[in-house]
Amino acid sequence: MKERLLKIRDLRIEGLSDEQWWPIVRGVDLDLSRGEVLGLIGESGAGKSTLGLAAMGYTRDGCRISGGLVEFDGIDMVHAPAHVKRDLLGRRIAYVAQSAAASFNPAHRLLGQCTESPVQHGVMSRSEAEERAIALYERLRLPDPQQIGFRYPHQVSGGQLQRAMTAMAMVAKPDLIIFDEPTTALDVTTQIEVLAAIRDIVQQSGTAAIYITHDLAVVAQMADRIKVLLRGEEVEEADTRSMLASPREDYTKSLWAVRSFQRPAKPAVAQGVSPLIRLEKVTATYGQVPVLKDISLDIHSGRTVAVVGESGSGKSTAARVITGLLTPRAGRVLLDGVPLPASYRDRGKDHLRQIQMIYQMADTALNPRCTIGDIIGRPVEFYMGLTGREKRRRVEELMVQIEMEPGEYMNRLPGELSGGQKQRIGIARALAAEPRFIICDEVTSALDQLVAEGILRLLARLQDELGLAYMFITHDLATVRAIADEVVVMKEGRVVEAGPKDRMFHPPHHPYTELLLSSVPEMEPDWLTRVLEARGPSEIGEAAIAKMNNSESSGSPDA
Amino acid sequence: MASIGNIILRRLALGILTLFIVSIVIFLAVNALPGDFAQAILGQGATPEAVEAIRRDLGLDQPLATRYVQWLWRMLHGDLGISFAQANFASYVGSASDAGAVTVAEQLAPRFRNTLFLAGVTAVIAVPLSVGLGILAALYRGSVFDRGVNIFSLVSISSPEFFLAYVLILFLAVLDPVLPSLSNIYEGMSFGERLFKTLLPALTLTLVVTAHMMRMTRAAIINLLASPYIEMARLKGIGPLRVILWHALPNALAPIINVITINLAYLVTGVVVVEVVFVYPGIGQLFVDSVKIRDIPVVQACCLIFAAAYILMNLAADILSILSNPRLRHPK
Repeated sequence: MKERLLKIRDLRIEGLSDEQWWPIVRGVDLDLSRGEVLGLIGESGAGKSTLGLAAMGYTRDGCRISGGLVEFDGIDMVHAPAHVKRDLLGRRIAYVAQSAAASFNPAHRLLGQCTESPVQHGVMSRSEAEERAIALYERLRLPDPQQIGFRYPHQVSGGQLQRAMTAMAMVAKPDLIIFDEPTTALDVTTQIEVLAAIRDIVQQSGTAAIYITHDLAVVAQMADRIKVLLRGEEVEEADTRSMLASPREDYTKSLWAVRSFQRPAKPAVAQGVSPLIRLEKVTATYGQVPVLKDISLDIHSGRTVAVVGESGSGKSTAARVITGLLTPRAGRVLLDGVPLPASYRDRGKDHLRQIQMIYQMADTALNPRCTIGDIIGRPVEFYMGLTGREKRRRVEELMVQIEMEPGEYMNRLPGELSGGQKQRIGIARALAAEPRFIICDEVTSALDQLVAEGILRLLARLQDELGLAYMFITHDLATVRAIADEVVVMKEGRVVEAGPKDRMFHPPHHPYTELLLSSVPEMEPDWLTRVLEARGPSEIGEAAIAKMNNSESSGSPDA
Repeated sequence: MASIGNIILRRLALGILTLFIVSIVIFLAVNALPGDFAQAILGQGATPEAVEAIRRDLGLDQPLATRYVQWLWRMLHGDLGISFAQANFASYVGSASDAGAVTVAEQLAPRFRNTLFLAGVTAVIAVPLSVGLGILAALYRGSVFDRGVNIFSLVSISSPEFFLAYVLILFLAVLDPVLPSLSNIYEGMSFGERLFKTLLPALTLTLVVTAHMMRMTRAAIINLLASPYIEMARLKGIGPLRVILWHALPNALAPIINVITINLAYLVTGVVVVEVVFVYPGIGQLFVDSVKIRDIPVVQACCLIFAAAYILMNLAADILSILSNPRLRHPK
């Protein structure tokens, strides 16, 4: 038995809301030995981050530890005075946050921030700390490790920042690192690279870690043991392999089962049927920056086209062109074979009605001061001209369609609903216009997996009932597998591959599609090891993309 | 991506354009004042012929547009004209460079220097004081110190300037005479003496402008304390003072710079009341006197100086804010 580093007993944490203290963490026990990696998983609101921060003796504003024990290496972190905790933080316990872009100070260079902790704690001189930071940059495979520290955070990519943050946590050689969703904000191809870097360095330095995530496949690669949390309580805990092989509790099993939802693919569209929406050689720019380069794609009635690609690949821009929010430089958009005016300003009400959108952030897409009835009623009145009792009846009908009780929710405000319910309201608002085509822009990526699955099932049912066509923008291949009929893979403003779903998920692939597919973590503890062995560290992430771009631009003329 | 040099040049050009537009507005507004100089000096009993003669002498009978173009043209050559009150009418006719008369520029220069001196002394006291107090208030927010500073600064900004001036005179000049209550400074005074006499009005103005700057500094810093990078700094075990000075302050500079420059512009243009109370020979008093007798060249020149001060200060704020942003200093 290794030496115990962290001991948490019956920890209770409360949060202040509406002038009342509500429990966030309800009596959790946790043990961690030196050099061990514990995975904490659960949905949003499960109290994972709160628990992770409490292990550092830290609570966010509006939270308090109301009971229990946190002991780090024998030191009581709940009752220790501020200066004692400050002395441990950064030196012996370090934190890696979800968004490196927000957690690096924009006003200072990376190196200064990475060396701040050991220098301020007086455990290293500045030059020692800098040397160690540069060595860590190198081990984390950051490009140009000697120089990258002299850049400002906005000058490096998200994946690089996340690795720099891991370096920042490790400079002072801590005994424990809390990783709080460190790869959630990253694209899959970048995620795998960061995961590999974090795992290697944690193993080599023998640091203990708590790895917080909502992604089972990720935690399977990183953790020795997994603890599942639900609404502030522990569901179960076991070592990674037995947890994956045979989860005991129903909740855990339901988490495991989420990825099983899959619609049968529809038969291919008959030749000669004209598509509902067609993009013809569309080129678009933001200012002088080209974002779409000569793309064409067809979307047929009653089908779902998933548009896949990483951030910056032009997925959302394509949607903006279709809706007329962005006027393309060249090319056109056809609806039923008839060209649409380029700008939404020149389109008639009927054109506008037929194309609707559902947004990623239901939070910001719904007016917080309007009731649900008003939000859904507005398009009913605007497009359909219904008022009074007819309008109300129609709104109720729509709410039944999205499986929400009209009587209960009509007069509520969006702020009183959960994330999944808000997204349903977004769907109802789009349906209110009785559209033929709906653009779904990352509609499930801000939701927990169980809730997301509910939304996907709802969208699938509505499509069958109403014959809708969907353009489903996503970066999540599991979602694609679940709902798409056809898949379009985009990269840097171009369509690199397009076709029916079955073909896309079976080789041979375009090299980029191959990279995307192979970067999606699988629910198997050896997946990362296997991929790394098969491809080598220079064949994943940014390095692989760079290599691919080189070979493309040098282009083989005989192809 | 535009380079910083380009951005600054563009702002500068915009500043000059603004100044030009402001000159039109000033000219029209000053000329829209009821009554004119001839009427004002000749009084009620003047004959229409006498008024007409003076108006002709001063060029006031010309159309508005002509006068504006003339004024603008001369100004571009650095000639602010001659004060009506200083004009020698017998010899004035038709000549702008009247021998013996004092030009507006000569009249304004010493006054303007005095005003700048007062503003400078005030700024040297008030800016470090308010930024320092703002930082301390942010550091100890919610404490007795924070509340005390807030209340004190609110009281001082809410009281009329003349009241603050009299309170200071009462305590510092009458009950406990350490400072002179009259700031009659003149050419040829030594710097020390000048400073000594300027201190009381400068302290009054400090009370007036500190609250605004201090509260903005405090708010700008506290605004940032919820940012993830501040939480990160705390989780790195960094002490509260360093969190504020190294992590929050550099990111709060833009709003702080803005409020400082606005207050400095105010010190150059808006201190008439304090000047009157302390009989300080600044530009504000001259301005008020000139408006009273409709001395148009002086009024226009003063207005233009005020406008230029505001535009320059805003320009400086813009440029400094840009320079304080690493995204603009170090493009990708």
